[in-house]
Amino acid sequence: MSKVRVLVGTKKGAFILTSDGKREKWDVSGPHFAGWEMYHLKGSPVDPNRIYASQTSGWFGQIIQRSDDGGKTWHQPGTPPGETTTPPGMPKGESNKFKYDASPETGKPLTTHQWYDGTQHPWEFKRVWHLEPSLTEPDTVYAGVEDAALFRSSDGGKNWTELPGLRGHGTGPKWQPGAGGMCLHTIILDPSDPGRIYIAISAAGAFRTDDGGHTWKPINRGLKSQYIPDPAAEVGHCVHHVAMNPSRPGVLFMQKHWDVMRSDDAGDNWREISGNLPTDFGFVVDVHSHEPETIYVIPIKSDGEHFVPDGKLRVYRSRTGGNEWEALTNGLPQANCYVNILRDAMAVDSLDECGIYFGTTGGQVYASKDAGDTWNPIVRDLPAVLSVEVQTLA
Amino acid sequence: MIRVILPPHLRTLAHVGSEVSIDVAAPITISTVLDALEVQYPMLRGTIRDHDTLQRRAFLRFFACEEDWSHEPTDKPLPENVASGKEPFFVVGAIAGG
Repeated sequence: MSKVRVLVGTKKGAFILTSDGKREKWDVSGPHFAGWEMYHLKGSPVDPNRIYASQTSGWFGQIIQRSDDGGKTWHQPGTPPGETTTPPGMPKGESNKFKYDASPETGKPLTTHQWYDGTQHPWEFKRVWHLEPSLTEPDTVYAGVEDAALFRSSDGGKNWTELPGLRGHGTGPKWQPGAGGMCLHTIILDPSDPGRIYIAISAAGAFRTDDGGHTWKPINRGLKSQYIPDPAAEVGHCVHHVAMNPSRPGVLFMQKHWDVMRSDDAGDNWREISGNLPTDFGFVVDVHSHEPETIYVIPIKSDGEHFVPDGKLRVYRSRTGGNEWEALTNGLPQANCYVNILRDAMAVDSLDECGIYFGTTGGQVYASKDAGDTWNPIVRDLPAVLSVEVQTLA
Repeated sequence: MIRVILPPHLRTLAHVGSEVSIDVAAPITISTVLDALEVQYPMLRGTIRDHDTLQRRAFLRFFACEEDWSHEPTDKPLPENVASGKEPFFVVGAIAGG
């Protein structure tokens, strides 16, 4: 029988929620890495027991954790527990080393981006926001980091190498941090084209490579952002999240700072699909696993008030690929609710009846086993949820 | 043997108790103590000081014999009581945040 495993990253640890395919009774394990900010956990599509996790702290910096048994045990790649010596030629403790590539071979200085005051500021590594395991190789995983850059490990997270073509393609000096920092938060691997990767950065925009990460181009045509001097600039847009249904890899959905957007040509052009949403500010967007025109967002009141409007927690679903939205409220609080749902905190399973999951800054993780018609909390009182990912297991 | 006391989160990472003992070749300085600590516990690399610059992470402090050594040169010899193992060298998480 199928099983579902929900990986939840919170401000104070990680939690793993498991259920059978009925998705009615849940086991909760955790907190794993108690007290640490767990920005993201994600499992390998080809080896679901291989899970990568980003563990971070303002005091101690970045740690990468890996589980090879579905989250029961964890270790820092390359430095298993109990192994305390460093054999010659085998550097350990490198799995948390994210060093920007400033080599002359890249042909770019790769040194500064725009700071809040308009001056140029050096790139400084702060944390890993998102881990995206390869669709084909369990030992290959991508990391989106702050300050924005894309790294890749091909040895299970032991060593990381930047793909410098992204920062070096030319617009880097115009990127600037949003309120949450200058983070690369979205990584989407195209299942139909191994060379194609989409990424998104706050506040720079969306970018695409078609050659496995060597060269990149901004894909922001059609975005309009009133908070930058040229609202239709090539870069500078605060993209909050991008989602794709694997069956239609050229169709992308975006929740921008304001505006919900859609592209039907792999990001070359975007058009707004906010339609009748009560507000088009928000963070999450996701796509039904079997219906590529069914999409979900959770509107947030405004950029100044990061909570759901009117005290009501409402997921909005469009079955028409945007513009026409319906509020989904059954089982969700409809009074005195003032939570936020952060950009990586929504996910879908791939069971026959698609399950939708999201976590809130109030510590609730809600699940719907009927594509959003009804909702139930799996847990109510976790620390603030930073990320939610779902694994559908055979 | 040099005694080092780590903050709780780093004890968890290194799978150790509150205090560890490490062999450190003279001279006994902050740099040589941390070098030896990271060889014995490689999972701590990058958590106390930057991988490349070896700068102390901003929210950590170094104490020895009831003195704050956080801003001392890292190649300055630590007090004799630390070098002899009579007193521990402290890595402390600063009070910051909430």
